[in-house]
Amino acid sequence: MVPVTDKERTSLPMTNQPATNLGKGIDYELFMDCVHCGLCLGACPTYVETGNENDSPRGRIYLWRAITDGRAPLSQEAQDHMNLCLECMACETACPSGVQYRHVIHSYKHDMALLKPPAPTLNWLQRWMLFNLTPYRGRMGWSLFPVKVMQRLGLGWVVGLTGKLLPRSLRQMQEIVPALGPAHRLPEFLPAIGPKRATVGLLLGCAADAFYPQVNRATAVLLQHNGCDVHIPRAQDCCGALHEHAGLDEVAAAKAGTNCDVFGSVPGGLAGLDAIISNAGGCSPVLKAYGKILAKDPRSAAGELFARKVKDISEFLVELGPVKPSHAVPMKAVYHDACGLAHAQKIRSQPRQLLALVNKLELVALNESDHCCGAAGSYNITQPEMSATLGARKAGNIAETEAQIVLTGNVGCTLQIDRHLRGDARQRWVGHPAQILAAAYTGESPFGLEIPGFNG
Amino acid sequence: MNLKTPGDTMPSATSEMLDQCTSGELVARLALIVGPDGLISSPAELLVYECDGYTMEKNRPEVVVFPRDTAQIVAVVKLCNELCVPFLPRGSGTSLAGGCLPVGGGVIISLARMKRILEVDLRNRYALVEPGVINTWLTNRVKGQGWHYAPDPSSQGACTIGGNVATNSGGPHTLKYGVTVNHILGVELVLPDGRVMQIGGPVEEAPGLDLTGLVVGSEGTFGIVSKVWVRLVRNPQGVRTLLGVFESVDDATATISEIIGAGIVPAALEMLDSLILRAVEEAFGFGFPLDAGAVLIMEVDGVEAALDGEAARIEAIALRNKARHVSRANTEAERMLLWKSRKQAFGAVGRLAPSYCTQDGVVPRTRLPEMLRVITAIGKKYQLRIANVFHAGDGNLHPILLFDERDPAQVGRVMEASHEILDACLAFGGSVTGEHGIGVEKISFMSKLFSPDDLAAMVRVRQAFNPGGLCSPGKMLPTAGACAEPSAVNQLRPARRASL
Repeated sequence: MVPVTDKERTSLPMTNQPATNLGKGIDYELFMDCVHCGLCLGACPTYVETGNENDSPRGRIYLWRAITDGRAPLSQEAQDHMNLCLECMACETACPSGVQYRHVIHSYKHDMALLKPPAPTLNWLQRWMLFNLTPYRGRMGWSLFPVKVMQRLGLGWVVGLTGKLLPRSLRQMQEIVPALGPAHRLPEFLPAIGPKRATVGLLLGCAADAFYPQVNRATAVLLQHNGCDVHIPRAQDCCGALHEHAGLDEVAAAKAGTNCDVFGSVPGGLAGLDAIISNAGGCSPVLKAYGKILAKDPRSAAGELFARKVKDISEFLVELGPVKPSHAVPMKAVYHDACGLAHAQKIRSQPRQLLALVNKLELVALNESDHCCGAAGSYNITQPEMSATLGARKAGNIAETEAQIVLTGNVGCTLQIDRHLRGDARQRWVGHPAQILAAAYTGESPFGLEIPGFNG
Repeated sequence: MNLKTPGDTMPSATSEMLDQCTSGELVARLALIVGPDGLISSPAELLVYECDGYTMEKNRPEVVVFPRDTAQIVAVVKLCNELCVPFLPRGSGTSLAGGCLPVGGGVIISLARMKRILEVDLRNRYALVEPGVINTWLTNRVKGQGWHYAPDPSSQGACTIGGNVATNSGGPHTLKYGVTVNHILGVELVLPDGRVMQIGGPVEEAPGLDLTGLVVGSEGTFGIVSKVWVRLVRNPQGVRTLLGVFESVDDATATISEIIGAGIVPAALEMLDSLILRAVEEAFGFGFPLDAGAVLIMEVDGVEAALDGEAARIEAIALRNKARHVSRANTEAERMLLWKSRKQAFGAVGRLAPSYCTQDGVVPRTRLPEMLRVITAIGKKYQLRIANVFHAGDGNLHPILLFDERDPAQVGRVMEASHEILDACLAFGGSVTGEHGIGVEKISFMSKLFSPDDLAAMVRVRQAFNPGGLCSPGKMLPTAGACAEPSAVNQLRPARRASL
């Protein structure tokens, strides 16, 4: 053998002896699943924008592995590249080798949360708002109330104007606020319409319920029209995704536990529910991971059961066999694949199948329909620049179509796309597929949209 | 095995150079060209660039720059010349032969930010693109109008047109449509001294020497391609895709020979062996039979009216050669899944082992069964599992050696087994690369493939473009120019040096 020189030492095969505490909790085989083929590069929205392989899935896996091996320092640059990840999981869709990227990036987020405050790119006020305001339906409702009053009085421009006076960090948060619809305080139980086919629980979400209560109402209506008794326990908590993605595993577990308790206390308990329905693609992957999130909790069995019951609304209805809606919606629509649905759960065809049931609704092709829009949970606040770039890219793709309405199965995407389409000359309505479906069942136009041929 | 070459005894040429013009000066002056966010130079960030899809050898570059246009490439190249620092281009880094490995350190010129499609002219059936455009983006841009870019390497979702030009990439459909060189009308090339030349262009059949043919496949050793005129192809009217399941590779090979012998020109003829079928089935759940000896993916395209007849003839030939059964892809979705299964087969083997090394050999098509028996024997000898995918139509085989990179003993066995496989390809009258290129991986085979006179002629051609040898040193041809003899090559593998 030729003796090894110092120059060559960097090239030696890596060991799996962690030289630091970082990455200690990760199953090293997760790193080894990546064979460095690079097929994920073209699918990664951040790599496509920056062209820097440190901003690609392959690069991030390599980087985090090198840091846990002690081969590379946990430098600020390295953290910036890791933090820039959207966690859209497009790489998992692209990866032929079956790399479970979500666990790799979570290992980083988890370890960093032990060293630094979560969402490290934010200032204290933003962080407080993100973790103490956003995940609470009630608090969000109250804080949005003044905005809503202004919008009702036709003074939305005042909000926009005062918004301009806010510091940049808060302005970014204020700009997200859409036109707010009337509140719908759903009762805790809604009965099936027609013969009863299933009993389900409905998750309302946190910020989602404050921004778009009409989506939850539409979802409930949709379930009723498909023969479902719907339980909507009011004590339910945020799903915990925001915290889980920030590495705050304990908070996420507490919220998961609460939700298991709350849904466990509806008549018939958890076991009596055929499904627990989510209409937010960003929440459902985490809801489906409650078993893992509660692994160390006495409620782990409930967590497992809860996770098995969770279904996205489209996933559930397609499995159940949807009732054909009666009203025609003569409009052109595009469907944007929320990452949480398309990549994290491989739910692509179901929403399209349901929309195909609506008479005269034409679904036109959207280029890069499963390319992240930049919403990505709290990403539009933690990484405003990249988020805006991706939002503009998405808006550009939508602008190339003839669509009058833009449909997507996640609240974050709706907010993001709505915000980035505001500059578009053509007024396009952005909403959830459930709203169009509910309209097709009831003949009532959803908030903010007038469907031709509908009354009011 | 410790063969001394001059490079072994001399101190590293690169580090010596960088002593003279400290790496700090290099970085500072590069930043003036591309801006501070146009380069990376911190050790952690550079680590990611120490290898590409070929992970057997690694070496960190000194700096990675991301030019945004030809002028910036020119300025970077001129600076490298001034400071006598080696440089090389990189697209998406999907090379399986170490084509993007910065052998002598130096500067990686990443073309990932030059990703614009500058012009699409369907009437004259060409497009002008920057080198960082990803292969499928081009097809996506024109597919709505019924056109596509024909070369379809398996990594097409990630690899760049610039990288395709460098390696003269193939793909399953090259059997009928030809490889990259058949689809390149011209390039703009930044020469290794910083001058810019245009070779060919949008007009077909340009007069003068066919330098396009020289540059395509030169693996970045002739300069840095900064623009590419590519030919666009109209989509065929129809396609029929068949899947044949065989008990043995022999039967599948006999089928291929008979199809081609019958005068049918399939768009693609691809074979997968039983081990790779397992990985692919686990990855994509297509429904491949796991007990088959081999499957053939057979595709014909062209004028709709002729296709059913051709497909029926292929089916009959396959059944005559003892195919267990032959089925057709009934929907476009089924066809896409079948192709995805084939094209992502390399990555899918990650499910079978932590690491893999893909070989790229060629043998005369009729020798495939013999070759496969040799590969099986080599696998036994070195206690390695080897999966096989083939572009069977043109005798191009990809044995994939499975191992664990954490075990140095296995790494050594993989290197030896790979060499033995490639030697066998040569013994059968074949070659050591069909499409991945020579890179650093196969440089030691060049002297077996070519006579000293052949090699000397090639070196002289390269010297005409790259007299200083600063551009992509240590690649493809087993000698380098004067200025930057890449003696800093990581001699992890003695075999490479042995052939110099």
